[in-house]
Parts: sequence; C-alpha cells; structure tokens
Amino acid sequence: MSEEPVFDTQGVVRKFMFVNRKAPYGTIYALEILESVLISAAFEQDISVAFLDDGVFQIKKGHDPKDLGMKNFSPTYRALGGYDIEKLYVEKESMEARGLGPDDFVVKVQVVPAAELSKLMAEQDVLITG
Amino acid sequence: MLHTVNKSPFERNALDSCLRLAAPGSAILLIEDGVYAALKGTAQTAKVEAAAETHEVYVLGPDLKARGIEESRIIGGVKIVDYGGFVDLAVAKGTVNSWL
Repeated sequence: MSEEPVFDTQGVVRKFMFVNRKAPYGTIYALEILESVLISAAFEQDISVAFLDDGVFQIKKGHDPKDLGMKNFSPTYRALGGYDIEKLYVEKESMEARGLGPDDFVVKVQVVPAAELSKLMAEQDVLITG
Repeated sequence: MLHTVNKSPFERNALDSCLRLAAPGSAILLIEDGVYAALKGTAQTAKVEAAAETHEVYVLGPDLKARGIEESRIIGGVKIVDYGGFVDLAVAKGTVNSWL
C-alpha cells in the first residue's frame, strides 16, 4: 500500500511570469489571467506580469465598457501593488507598434525592449500565458 | 455591402483580407477588437487611411469607449457610429459580410 504523498512547499519560492498577449473585452483571457495573478499572490511566490502584443491594450487608461454590458476590471491592475505584485513589464516594441506610450497606461510599468523581456522569460520557473 | 471586422489587425489577418476583397465604395465597420485598426500612429494606420480614401470606413463607438480609445486618436476619415448606426448601415447596405 502506497503512502500518502507529502507536499512540503513551505518556504519554496519559484519565479512565475504571467504573459498577457490579447486585447481586453474581445475575449475573456485578460480578465481570467488577472484573476489568476490575484490568486497567485496568496502563495508568496516571485510573481511578474508581462504585457506584449495586444496585451498592452489591457492596461490602456480610460476603459469604460458599460455600454457593452461588461464590467471594467482595469482598476484591479492598480491594486496589484497591494498584493506585493510590483514587477509589471511592457514590451517596448509592442507598445510602439500600437502608437502607445508609458503615459497611456493605468498602472506604473517598466517598459523593456524585447531582448530584455527575453532574458526575464528565460529566468522563470513557470510561464502562464494567454 | 457592409463588411464587419471584429478582430485586432495586430493579431489576425481578417482586416487584410477584408481590405483586399471589399469592393471600392462598399462600407467597412470595425467592431469589438477590430476597433484598434482605427487608431492613429500605429503600424496598421497607413493601410486604414488608404482604405478610407476608397471605402466608407466606420468604427463602433461603444467598443472604442470600452477600450479607452479617445476620439482624438481616431484616423481622420473614419466615422464613429453607435449601435443604432450599425443597424442603419446593415439595413442601408443590404448584405453583411463578416470577416471573423
């Protein structure tokens, strides 16, 4: 008879990156990943969140989807700091291709070139993408 | 004919296919994530500006508002319509071609 498995994860910290590549509201990915980020905060891991491709539109200022009958979840990005999630990255190339600048975002982010984001991705233990 | 495009031009080729095949003078309405094609100053702007010279190009206001896109950032020549305007276009143009 096999023994019960033991999950002793106390004190184990791994690097998790949530990678956002889709625009908000057209699909549910942006909201669902954001919820996963918030849940992850409870596990005291090393969390970072990256926005690239159309994912940069997720943190555009001024969202107002009430005429679509949808909830505006963008204020939640500003609450991430309260959960000690402060590593937020925007890929510079994606931002520029979409005519956006750092002042367009609802939350303070680090704008990094692709080469730097590539290095950050390579450092992660787990990547959660959408 | 009214063509609708509901996908981001940065993610899908729906807009490119629509622009390739939409007859001159027909109407193109950008909706949902398709509204990002109406932004000035992007890698997609030039082709939409060119399309607005030969076609009637519209963008759905509620989808712009949802995504925080100010009217001042919309390409000149692209007209903003609401849901009522969407209905009017569908009726006026008779046939709707959805580029999904």
